[in-house]
Amino acid sequence: MRITCPFCGERELGEFTYLGDAKPQRPVADAGEEAVYDYVYLRDNVAGVMAENWYHGGGCRAWLKVTRNTLTHEISSVEPAAGAGAAKVGA
Amino acid sequence: MATNQTNRLSSGGVIDRSTPLNFRFDGKSFSGFQGDTLASALVANGVKLVGRSFKYHRPRGILTAGSEEPNALVELRTGARREANTKATTAELYDGLEAASQNRWPSLRHDFMSVNQLFAPIFVAGFYYKTFMWPAKFWEMIYEPAIRRAAGLGRAAVAPDPDHYDKAWAHCDVVIAGSGPAGLAAALAAGRSGARVILCEEDFVPGGCLLSDDGTIDGLPAAEWLARTLAELSSMPDVRIMTRTTLFGVYDGGTYGAIERVNDHLPTPPEHQVRQRLWRIVAKRCVVAAGAIERPIVFAGNDTPGVMMASAMRTYVSRYAATPAKRIALFTNNEDGWRTVETALAAGLQIAAVIDARPDVSPAHRSLASKNGFAVLHGSVSGVDGGKDGVRKISVSLTGGARAEVEADGLAVSGGWNPAVGLTSYHRGRPKWRDEISAFVPDGAPPGMVAAGAANGDFGLGACLSQGFAAGAAAARDAGRNGNAGTAPVADDETFSLTPLWHVAGKGKAFVDQQHDVTASDIELAQREGFESVEHLKRYTTLGMATDQGKTSNVGGLAIMAAVTGKSIPETGTTIYRPPYVPVAIGAFAGHHRDETFHATRLTPSHHWAAEQGAIFVDTGLWKRAQWFPRAGEKDWLESVTREVKAVRGGVGFCDVSTLGKIDVHGPDAGAFLDRVYINTFSNLAVGKARYGLMLREDGLVYDDGTTSRLAEDHYFLTTTTAKAGLVMQHLEFCRQVLFPELDVQLTSVSDQWAQFSIAGPKTRDLLKEIVDPVEDLSNEGFPFMGAREVALRGGITARLFRISFSGEMAFEISVPARYGEAMARNLMQAGKQFGVTPYGTEALGVMRIEKGHVAGPELSGTTTATDLGLGKMMSTKKDFIGRVMAGREALVAPDRQVVVGIKPVDKARRLRSGAHIIPKGQTPGPDNDQGYVTSVCFSPTLDQWIGLGLVERGRERIGEIVHAHDPLRGEDYDVELCNPVFYDPDGGRQRG
Repeated sequence: MRITCPFCGERELGEFTYLGDAKPQRPVADAGEEAVYDYVYLRDNVAGVMAENWYHGGGCRAWLKVTRNTLTHEISSVEPAAGAGAAKVGA
Repeated sequence: MATNQTNRLSSGGVIDRSTPLNFRFDGKSFSGFQGDTLASALVANGVKLVGRSFKYHRPRGILTAGSEEPNALVELRTGARREANTKATTAELYDGLEAASQNRWPSLRHDFMSVNQLFAPIFVAGFYYKTFMWPAKFWEMIYEPAIRRAAGLGRAAVAPDPDHYDKAWAHCDVVIAGSGPAGLAAALAAGRSGARVILCEEDFVPGGCLLSDDGTIDGLPAAEWLARTLAELSSMPDVRIMTRTTLFGVYDGGTYGAIERVNDHLPTPPEHQVRQRLWRIVAKRCVVAAGAIERPIVFAGNDTPGVMMASAMRTYVSRYAATPAKRIALFTNNEDGWRTVETALAAGLQIAAVIDARPDVSPAHRSLASKNGFAVLHGSVSGVDGGKDGVRKISVSLTGGARAEVEADGLAVSGGWNPAVGLTSYHRGRPKWRDEISAFVPDGAPPGMVAAGAANGDFGLGACLSQGFAAGAAAARDAGRNGNAGTAPVADDETFSLTPLWHVAGKGKAFVDQQHDVTASDIELAQREGFESVEHLKRYTTLGMATDQGKTSNVGGLAIMAAVTGKSIPETGTTIYRPPYVPVAIGAFAGHHRDETFHATRLTPSHHWAAEQGAIFVDTGLWKRAQWFPRAGEKDWLESVTREVKAVRGGVGFCDVSTLGKIDVHGPDAGAFLDRVYINTFSNLAVGKARYGLMLREDGLVYDDGTTSRLAEDHYFLTTTTAKAGLVMQHLEFCRQVLFPELDVQLTSVSDQWAQFSIAGPKTRDLLKEIVDPVEDLSNEGFPFMGAREVALRGGITARLFRISFSGEMAFEISVPARYGEAMARNLMQAGKQFGVTPYGTEALGVMRIEKGHVAGPELSGTTTATDLGLGKMMSTKKDFIGRVMAGREALVAPDRQVVVGIKPVDKARRLRSGAHIIPKGQTPGPDNDQGYVTSVCFSPTLDQWIGLGLVERGRERIGEIVHAHDPLRGEDYDVELCNPVFYDPDGGRQRG
């Protein structure tokens, strides 16, 4: 598999580390145990297109949101995480 | 002496007769020529019997002339280089080659195990499952060893592989699999268009079928066109022709696997060269021109040596000038098979008869038969008379029911052609059935790939050339290369007519899969027993599961299944196709990653100095760390480690701790960021101060620990454990980039930039004063415990100095740029001589941390909470942090959790062992009363006894209790006392002093 890093260009799979589903959002501090439990443990087992977190540890160390079809491994988009690169969100 | 090549034609062939080669097969000497394969050289020497079959030990000969060969498998080379199951049909001959037949004892001609044939009725499909179900231990002790001796393929080498393997990447616009007419035409078109082309050919000579079959291309004889085309391709700088290279797999994103047999054609690889190279080729487009495989027809005795695929016979005669037989019969169901008759006649061989299963034979072939005096029989071969010396007589069932017999010493068989659909089907692709050729053809292909020519089911020479050329031109265009491709090479198409015929009923064993000894009746049996689905059929009979992956047998097998179930072949379907297309040595996948280069080795900045000191090193992840520094006269490691600990506690010692992960945290929000990733607070840490921090995972369990210092308002320096250095960096980047992107903070890994030494012991300050510039105040007031700041060193460089202690002694850690690390070690030795400075290793480090009750890897086990470690009070209640909510879950705050406690043997002389289970005293050990285990132990020189740490249920409430240590692994049982985990200087006075 090859992933086109928005900072480094097209690179091979070995440079990246997979984390998993990018959909769950970390609950706010007072969201309660149920919400955090869902965030930590509950995942959809998607057969098809899903957004995933990937880490370009063998390159620029950016976290990427990769949209991938789990059936075909086709990658339809790669976006840097909100805080990737030198940019500060809201600056 | 080498025997004569009795079956070599006096002229012709793509062989170099000026370079004779000697070789040995089963200890007997033969000769061949440069350009031979082992199989062609055996054919040239009249050797028909080359192996015994897997299950029945039937005599077998050479069936094919390529990588689809099921029978002619040999052990090639000897000793550590012996490679089992090597196909004689692809092994290039070299001078001195040694090969041995497989599966025979005591010899190939007199094989004891051929009695298996007499027991054949019990060796039917699924016999392992049926016969040896019960009793279970009989299987292990009697049946399996007996079967393993009887059945099997060659013997693997038992010594380590002495050869080297390489892995390499290549990038191109168009990769082409196969250099037959379609592949060459594709390369011409793509190359002329300006594309970067890699053309992979598994053979050692490019040309594919052009090396064996005649024909006319662009008005030139095929051989001449081939030479001209190769010359043109060689003149293109961006076209690379890789022979001896098989494209074996297709991976995501246009990545292709190829194995290059760099030096398998030599006795041993030249010095400093690899044996094989595994290529990962990244290509924008791929043209599969892998050709087609001629398929057998299943009939009784079809595995007799001397029965050969018709196209293989042509190849041996035309390409190698070697004659598999003198008097040849042909059994065909299609027009193409007749080409073997033409080739044989041209070589002066005799044709005994042609048995053609089709209703009609062309007038041209009829006149060829009458001119050359052989019969054309309409019907099928129903049996073969012969044995280990080859074919003698062929029984024919004539259309209409009559029988005939043909005397011949060779039988060429053609059942039609199967396009090589492997590569196009590797991404869960299922080929589709094409009726007019009675074969599966690709139904689409992985993205970027297209099949052309015979691989696409179009067998005519003209079609191969035009399709290949079009595919090459399109691939180049798709890759953005728009040069002028010129005109396509032109040739006529041969007529193709075929009457499907898969299996001829008859008396005797009729083999579908010759490598796994699967017969037609095995398939019928599988159907009767309910294993009808092709995936079940495959596993029940092992059809197509041998090293050839059923290249000559899969389609035939499912055709027979289709016939017995009354379904069509496409309804019956194919099994899933998976790479690799040919067997690839595990060594090639490993490449250089074996032995000491299995993984990268990281050396600490002071490694070479430590090696000079005679340090014993221990592998810690990728690192080599000094474990202890033995001195002359010390009898074991314990004596050395004990000396090192005493030297530190009584004077001063130092240890390279550069393997800790080090991260610079910069930015106005650095403190806020650390507050969210650590359970304790860092935003209120004063500049110039260090603090111990603990991180949790989001599930509430402890992740990592370390000391973090604030070097400036917006600059923290964070350390991690050695083991988690990379993972913590990844985790923190995730927190920064994904979870908290609003924070203005940047992380920089500086693990490799700083050499860090721990200097510990009551004389630490004395030693440091020799190193640090005199202007720096190192007194308790000027540099108090947990102080951290930059200092100038004598000689002018700047260091970071941290007053932190892992040993419990008065201690500092000093960081200098990594390039000064070795000099720092030498300086500490030099300057510390007067104080008796002692370098210490990781063992002494570990002893002192256990004496001090500090947790480390065995306690940070991924199952412990902060409270378990006795660090629960560090958890801030005033802020959110990673893991906060989950850490509050009921089970993680339960009062009966196993927590860190100190452990002392009741018998002071007793040695402790980590891993021992803790059981209440007086109870019989069992899972119900298992209350924890010993995590870390050491001999404490300070206490002069063994001590340990453990995780024990309610441990902190049970200080002073005597419990039982149960160690079933080592067969030890003894009593221990639970105690305060801080064995040494519990009030911490020494480290503050």
